[in-house]
Amino acid sequence: MAREDVLVTTQWVEENLDNPQVVLIEVDEDTSAYDRSHIRGAIKLDWTTDLQDQVRRDFVNKAQFEALLSDKGVANDSTVVLYGGNNNWFAAYAYWYFKLYGHQDVKLLDGGRKKWELDARELTDEPVKLESTTYTASEQDLSIRAFRDDVVAAIGVQNLVDVRSPDEFAGRLLAPAHLPQEQAQRAGHVPTAVSVPWSKAANDDGTFRSNDELKAIYTEAGFDFSKDTIAYCRIGERSSHTWFALQELLGEPNVKNYDGSWTEYGSLVGVPIALGDEPGEA
Amino acid sequence: MCGATEGGLPLDGINTKIEAIIQGQVTKDGSPVGVAYVRLLDKSGEFTAEVPVSATGHFRFFAGDGEWTLRTLAPGADTVDRKVIAAVGSIAEVEIAL
Repeated sequence: MAREDVLVTTQWVEENLDNPQVVLIEVDEDTSAYDRSHIRGAIKLDWTTDLQDQVRRDFVNKAQFEALLSDKGVANDSTVVLYGGNNNWFAAYAYWYFKLYGHQDVKLLDGGRKKWELDARELTDEPVKLESTTYTASEQDLSIRAFRDDVVAAIGVQNLVDVRSPDEFAGRLLAPAHLPQEQAQRAGHVPTAVSVPWSKAANDDGTFRSNDELKAIYTEAGFDFSKDTIAYCRIGERSSHTWFALQELLGEPNVKNYDGSWTEYGSLVGVPIALGDEPGEA
Repeated sequence: MCGATEGGLPLDGINTKIEAIIQGQVTKDGSPVGVAYVRLLDKSGEFTAEVPVSATGHFRFFAGDGEWTLRTLAPGADTVDRKVIAAVGSIAEVEIAL
């Protein structure tokens, strides 16, 4: 897949603000960011309410996803362009989510909201309501989603990529450093996981590094390109960013995102955990 | 703004005894900068976290004991790096002038 099939520039978005084929969607960790300001014409998806089941810990089901996109005005043939804060963590998560439910034409705004702001491009607080559609989703494509048992079975067998910060990997922090650290689960990482922080895949302005740079980064970290891969982080959003880099940019087959990630794995009873900066033994 | 440092972000609900807080304000020519991104790098220079500043230029991190670097990016300004020492139970205040 060519890079331009999955990534668009801020300039491309500016030139397509009035293109009715393009549906621009902001997805942020800070779900109030959109309400303060957004790119003109962009709609909002709230990852906590729109993309999560409100009772059990799981995604919305196929029917709920269809109802959501129909109400938001996304059509099956829309070119969906996702962007957000935090270097596109949650936009990449939404990208992976759209792929999970089979949306064909979805792209990320390279650099996300940060690049747009650093370019000093215009933001607005005008509300946006698109005409509703009748959206039909596919069944979940589980070839890109890992569950806890897949992770345990992958120890010492597949590439496990821990994309959290080095201090979270080693067990010195339990959450990203912009969040409070009180957590219930144990610290550390899945044994044999290599540490490749998501941030290595991005430049300071939030854009993705070149494919040559990405390949060098994963190779240096001990990543085996002949093996299947599971990426994880704390709640599955930073690992979506790495899933995007590995599968959509580098074209690696058989890459799964473990959305349960450390908040699930670190709370499981009886599973192995490694501490410290090294991957550890199987 | 109970528990906040003057003009800063509120500390309501945060147990400051167990957190190593780094916070401050980004300014340019003496005025707060409303659009900027502050990155927290660890002692090896590795990215650890990033926040957009508030409308008043304020930012906060929950770090750990040790030396950190704050890297600030803003439209039309050069990137600024500032070293800071954090410790659990204390608040490190950093003013960043672009």
